[in-house]
Amino acid sequence: MAGTAPSSPARKLSAGRLALALVTALILLFLVAPIVVVFPLSLSSGELLVLPTPGYSLRWYEDFFTSSRWLSATWNSFVVGIATMILATLLGTLAAFGIFLGRFPGKALLLAILSLPMVTPVIVTAIAMYFSLSLVGLGSTLTGLILAHTVLSVPFVLLTVLASLQTFDQNLLRAAASLGANPAIAFRRVVLPLIAPGVATGALFAFATSFDELIVALFIASPGQFTLPRQMYAGLREFLSPTIAAAAVLLILFSVLLLALNEFIRKRAQARGASPSGPTA
Amino acid sequence: MSRRNLLAAALIAPLLLLVTLSFLVPLGATLYRAVDDSEFSTTLPRTTALLRAWDGKDLPPDEAFAAIVEELRNAQQNQEAGAVLSRLNFEETGLRSLLLQAARASARLAPPVKDGLIALNPRWGEPELWRMFKRATGPWTSLYLLRSLDMRPTDKGIVHAGAEDAVFLPLFWRTFEISLIVTVICALLAYPVAYTLSILPQGWANAGMMLVLIPFWTSILVRTTAWFIILQREGPINALLLAFDIVNQPLTMIFTRFAVYLAMVHVLLPFAILPLYGVMKGIKPDYMRAAASLGAPGWRRFLRIYLPLTMPGVAAGSLMVFMLSVGFYITPALVGGSGDQMVSYFIAFFTNTSVNWGMAAALATLLMAMTALLVIVARLIVPGFRSGNVKV
Repeated sequence: MAGTAPSSPARKLSAGRLALALVTALILLFLVAPIVVVFPLSLSSGELLVLPTPGYSLRWYEDFFTSSRWLSATWNSFVVGIATMILATLLGTLAAFGIFLGRFPGKALLLAILSLPMVTPVIVTAIAMYFSLSLVGLGSTLTGLILAHTVLSVPFVLLTVLASLQTFDQNLLRAAASLGANPAIAFRRVVLPLIAPGVATGALFAFATSFDELIVALFIASPGQFTLPRQMYAGLREFLSPTIAAAAVLLILFSVLLLALNEFIRKRAQARGASPSGPTA
Repeated sequence: MSRRNLLAAALIAPLLLLVTLSFLVPLGATLYRAVDDSEFSTTLPRTTALLRAWDGKDLPPDEAFAAIVEELRNAQQNQEAGAVLSRLNFEETGLRSLLLQAARASARLAPPVKDGLIALNPRWGEPELWRMFKRATGPWTSLYLLRSLDMRPTDKGIVHAGAEDAVFLPLFWRTFEISLIVTVICALLAYPVAYTLSILPQGWANAGMMLVLIPFWTSILVRTTAWFIILQREGPINALLLAFDIVNQPLTMIFTRFAVYLAMVHVLLPFAILPLYGVMKGIKPDYMRAAASLGAPGWRRFLRIYLPLTMPGVAAGSLMVFMLSVGFYITPALVGGSGDQMVSYFIAFFTNTSVNWGMAAALATLLMAMTALLVIVARLIVPGFRSGNVKV
C-alpha cells in the first residue's frame, strides 16, 4: 500500500476528473450513509423510527442495557467470540507453521481442504451443523456454536499466518537449532515474535467472524443461547423497536474499534519492517 | 518420514481433525441425504424384501399386500410411520391418506388381504403404485435431486414439470440473475472508487479507504438492518421524498426486488473495491506515460492499457461478490418479498419449516455444485486466481 500517488499525464483538474471525483464521493456516501443514519434514529425520544426525531434521549440505550435478553445475548456473543478466537488462533497458527515446515506433496490440496469452510455457502455449513450437532448431543449448546464458528473462522487465521510466514527466513530456525534451541523454544522465541502481527490479525478476524455470524446461530442457538445478531434478527422479525437501532449503533462502534485495532497492528508491523499482514497471499 | 515432516504432521493434525470431524463429515452426511432412500426399507423391512424380489410386472405376490398392511399398522402403533408416510406422500400427494386408510382398516381385512385392499381403494390394484413402492425401497433415490430440477422419476422414465408447475429451475435462475446483476453493479461502482482512491494523495486515499473499510467491518446483519429501517414506509427516505413533494404518498420500497439489489450491493461493494484498489495501486504510472508519449489519446490509453492491466482486480472482486451473492440468505429474507428469495432461503425452509431434509440436502448439493463450477470457471479464465486471496 506504500508509494506515492502516480502523477498521470493530465494531472490538471479537468471536467472529467471533477466528474470522477463527484461519482466517487457519491458512491462513498452511499456506503456510509445507511450506517450514519442509524445514529440519530437510535437517539430518538419517540417510539417510532422516524426522521426528524421528535427529540433526543438515551432511553433506547437504557432499554438495551436493562433488558435481560439483550444483556444475555451480549454475554453469549463475547463468550462464543472469545472462545472461537482462542481455538481458531491456536489451531490455525500451529497448522500454518506445520504446512510451512513440512516437505510433502499435496500441500495445495491440504490447504484447499482446510479452507473449504470459507468458500462453502454458509447456509450449507449451517444445515450440516444443525443435523450433526444434534446427533452428538451438542445441538442448542454454546459449545456447538463455538465449534461451528471455529470451523468457519479458522481459514482466516491459517491464511493470514501463512502469508506472514512467507517472508520468514528459514535460516533463522537453523541458527536457533545450532544454538541449542529445541523446536518448541525456537517457535516461541524466534518464529512467534516475527509472525505476531499475522497471528493477531487472524485472531481479530476470527473474533469478528464469530461476533457477526448469524446464519449458523439461526439454526443451532435456541433462546437461551441467542447471540447479539440472533437477538437482533428476532427483534426485526417481531417488533421494530428503536432498541434495535441502539443495538446496531453499539455494534457499529464495536466494529470500528476492531477496524482501528487491525489498522494499529498493520501500522506497527509496517513500522517494524515485518510483512504487512492480511491473507493477501 | 523425516523428523521435520513428523513435526509438521503433528502441528497440522489437530486442525485437520477438527475440520474433518466438525465440517467434512457433517457436510458429507448432509449431502448424502440428497440421495438417501432408507425410510421405506427401515420401517417396512418384510415388504421391502418381497418387493425387491418381485419382477415389477403385473402385481406383487399376495404376501406383499399382507406384509405392507401389517407393517404399516405396527409402525403406526409404535409411532414410527411418520418418516415413510412423508417420504411417499412427497413423491405423490395423497399417498399418506391411502396408506393410513389401509393401516386403519387392517383389522377388518379378511384374507386374502389383496382383494380386501383393492375393494377398499382400487389404487391398490394398480401395478404402477407398486412399482413406485419398489423404487422407494432404496437404498438410493434420484427423487430429491430431480425434484430440485423440476423433474420427477416415474414408471416410464423422467418427466419434466410443465412451465406452470416449475418451481426450482426458476429459483436457480432467479438466484443467478440477482447475483449477476449485483456483481455487475458492484464492478461498475467499484471501478471509479478504486481508481480515484489509487490516484489520490496518500492522506486523502487513507480517509477514503476508511469509508470503505467501516462498512466492510460492520456486520452484514447490521447493514441490512439499517436498510430495513431506512426503507420502511414511514422511514427516512419516504419522509424526505414527502417533505420535498417529490411524491404524494409513501413509496413501497421494503420487501421489493429493488430493496434486495440496494442492500446486497451495499453489503458486497467493499469486496469489489478492495482487490481492485490493490491492483490499481500496483500499476506503475510509467506505462500510462509511455502510452501518452507514443501519442495515444486518453480513452485509448484507458481501453488498451489501463483496463487490461486492472482486469485481474475486476475479475477477483467480481468473483468474490458473485460467490457470496449466490449463497445470500439474510439480506433477501429481511428486505425482499416472497418473490425475491434465493436458493438459500428454500434450503432453510425445507430444513426448518417443511422438514423435508432430502429436499434441503438436494438443494444444498446443487448450490455447492453451482459454487464449485464457478470457482473452476474462474480458475480457467482468471489467471492466477485463488479463492480466498481477496480479503484485506
